[in-house]
Amino acid sequence: MSECAEISAPEPVFAEPWHAQVFALTVHLNEAGRFSWGEWVERFSATLKRHGLGRELDGGEDYFRAWLETLEMFLAEQGAASPAEAEVMRSRWEEAYLSTPHGEPVRLQG
Amino acid sequence: MIVCIIKHDWTGPPAAAQHGIMPHDHHDHPHALLPPDPALRVKALETILTEKGLIDPAALDEIIDTYQNRIGPQNGARVVARAWSDPDFKAALLADADPVLAELGYYGRQGEHMVVVENTGLQHNMVVCTLCSCYPWPLLGIPPGWYKSDAYRARAVREPRKVLAEFGVTLPEETAVRVWDSTAEVRYLVLPMRPEGAEGLSEEDLAALVTRDSMIGTGLAKAPGEAPS
Repeated sequence: MSECAEISAPEPVFAEPWHAQVFALTVHLNEAGRFSWGEWVERFSATLKRHGLGRELDGGEDYFRAWLETLEMFLAEQGAASPAEAEVMRSRWEEAYLSTPHGEPVRLQG
Repeated sequence: MIVCIIKHDWTGPPAAAQHGIMPHDHHDHPHALLPPDPALRVKALETILTEKGLIDPAALDEIIDTYQNRIGPQNGARVVARAWSDPDFKAALLADADPVLAELGYYGRQGEHMVVVENTGLQHNMVVCTLCSCYPWPLLGIPPGWYKSDAYRARAVREPRKVLAEFGVTLPEETAVRVWDSTAEVRYLVLPMRPEGAEGLSEEDLAALVTRDSMIGTGLAKAPGEAPS
């Protein structure tokens, strides 16, 4: 075994803030009774399978992209957030970021 | 001293962000840094669900704080150290882990059952989730990237000994490898073998020998005196 194996840096739990956000959102919706964890796993594993058909998923960014896609589809299916609603809100946030001076808190406009 | 670059799937913040430089052309009109597309989509869902009263934003922060700061492999390590020190605890843990773990405050928030599988000289246990990435969160926190990768998920079942070798684990011929496939309902924790020379150590010192990977089965517990990893 090389000497390098003895030195290690802690891996961050979530590599990107949005990974943590989408994870927490899903856990919260489950705990609030919007769906069972079994229902979530069934859909998420189907998404992973679909994404993994064309290429090998590395378990990092692509994993959370599959997670987000699953949540969007699930919420649309449940009528909690339709794709159209989500797209409009996404554009509003983008607009808010682009119109907020650097360093100031970003808020949705009216 | 040898300094090594440890490769993992996190590359750190973009160089521009580290230096406070706006990655943007219009320097005369600087605006807030636009998050990546998925981050905006997550924010959109959060806003919609909050406006509809379906979620509580404070609860999201609490969940992130819990998994980022309070839950991790140190929980599982405490359980393993206790099992190594207390035969009655170990017997109860192997027989029916849920009540034993619940008493320690480690219960599955998603309603799953915990099963603890013991490594012996005859059987080495290894955990995978071929479905997605089911993992004993209350005991180990959030799984590492490799646990979620297609490569591990597919190969752990097909060629466990080869995967173990890549993790630096070589087992004696007589040790069988058993792979446990997690589901939404059942999560597994490996109880690694207590290393030689650990007799008489306190639970706290024993817990320091228990690595995350040893509780997934892709590693072994460290020997006393082995450098921390």
